[in-house]
Amino acid sequence: MIRLENLVKDYGTVRAVDSINFEINEGEILGFLGPNGAGKSTTLKMITCYLNPSSGNISVENFNVAENSEEIRAMIGYLPETNPLYLEMTVFDYLKYVANMRGIKGKEFDSAFKKTIAKCGLKEVVAKPIHTLSKGYKQRVGLAQAIIHNPKILILDEPTSGLDPNQIVEIRELIKDLGKEKTVILSSHILQEVQALCDRIVIINRGKIVADGSQAELTEDYSNRARLILQVDATKEELTQINGIIPSAKLVSFKPILDNFNEAVFEYTPTNDVRKDIYNYIKQQDWTLLEFHRDYISLEEVFRSLTLEGGNR
Amino acid sequence: MHYIKTIALKEFTSFFKSPAAYMVLVGFLLITGWFFANPLFLLNQSDLRTLFSIIPIIFLIFIPAITMGLVSKENNSGTIELLSTLPVKSSQIVVGKFIAGLGLIVTGLLLSLIHPITIMLIGTNVDVGAMFTGYLGLILLASAYSAIGLFASCLTKNQIIAFIISFVIIFFFFILDYALFFIPPSISGIFQYLSINYHFSNIAKGVIDTRNVIYFGSLTFVFLYLAGTTLDLKKR
Repeated sequence: MIRLENLVKDYGTVRAVDSINFEINEGEILGFLGPNGAGKSTTLKMITCYLNPSSGNISVENFNVAENSEEIRAMIGYLPETNPLYLEMTVFDYLKYVANMRGIKGKEFDSAFKKTIAKCGLKEVVAKPIHTLSKGYKQRVGLAQAIIHNPKILILDEPTSGLDPNQIVEIRELIKDLGKEKTVILSSHILQEVQALCDRIVIINRGKIVADGSQAELTEDYSNRARLILQVDATKEELTQINGIIPSAKLVSFKPILDNFNEAVFEYTPTNDVRKDIYNYIKQQDWTLLEFHRDYISLEEVFRSLTLEGGNR
Repeated sequence: MHYIKTIALKEFTSFFKSPAAYMVLVGFLLITGWFFANPLFLLNQSDLRTLFSIIPIIFLIFIPAITMGLVSKENNSGTIELLSTLPVKSSQIVVGKFIAGLGLIVTGLLLSLIHPITIMLIGTNVDVGAMFTGYLGLILLASAYSAIGLFASCLTKNQIIAFIISFVIIFFFFILDYALFFIPPSISGIFQYLSINYHFSNIAKGVIDTRNVIYFGSLTFVFLYLAGTTLDLKKR
């Protein structure tokens, strides 16, 4: 539905986005992850036609940003990072203005307005000036603005930043609900948020895409590590000996728990499953085993390893 | 047209949601009132000539004050990102905002009609034709000033800077007529043609010359065009 081809954006001599390629399918909720300054917002701004690409191309359905910018803009609902509110206006006036600017007026506006405020939970505040609202409500007004014309595509740039935990949950629920019928692109640097909402995750670092896939794919493919957690009555020396017998299993952490039991974490490559070997070895040694389970590398660790300075797997 | 109307209406009503518009209107009426009442009571003169000669100078301050926030406020608060991702052209945004700014000034001018009406009630014969052309001239002048102010407002996110830039540009066109003195006679004609005062004084005298109308029209058009281009260039 949306296709980015060799997209480049230069700010003077700084290359903010460096030949990005990816495609977003209809109905997908795509999480756009990256550290601050990675080029997330810049990319979103180019898709929404706020910035022109320095080179490369973006097409939305059959339209092209260079030639059919207005058609694309009409299809997209956009909530920028800085919530674009006219603070002196009331919620009603603001939404009416945005709707009018989208060509929705009269009866059509009435029904769109009712639907939108019901969805965003704005019923109690429609007549209040926006500057009197709390941050959570302001964010909802921003979101209402983005969906009032019932767009096919919804682009949200860090929609939950600066909200309290309850508000974050509310906004997430709302986005999840909207995602059922729309294509959503959501940028964030909060991993839990992306994990909770998105079907697909694209990680960008210093203007380049470093990972692209579903959550499971990312944690498996990009870390190339799997973990085994053991609770066993063996000493550290005895456990490190395992590495001698099963070379691909590496002891990465060790800590004593109650009595003479210790918790040990082994890492191995997922393609070469060592669990059977380790279990056999433990049986041989006749240790008492309290716990034996596989643990997944978290998205957080994958993110860190992909985006930290010089971190390339 | 619908988009221009929506923007103009929104900007115009938002003028009245802050005290700024009231202050500008009241200030404008106070100052024009002073320059009207002064000759009337002290010199026993009942004419509008003083008024017409002083308003361009008042506009020099007041119009930049009205237009300074039109776009710079949006640049500052980030709402420009909403405005330029809506399916409207930069030219529509610029024209809408220009109409709103000019609308407020015309409101002020309409309120200042109290002075000619007062003169008529006193019983002096007022040359209605000259009065009409005088006001027409003021509106043409105001539209050129507003276009310059709007262009300055597009350049920055700081209202004060927008004010200073528009003041400087307007002042340049305003002062040209008085600086002719220092300009070699061979090119002074061009400078004279460029000066606002030269064209305005013709209209204020009651003469509508197409040259003057074209002058103000093209000044307005050029600066509105520049304003639109500035908005487009922000996307680079």
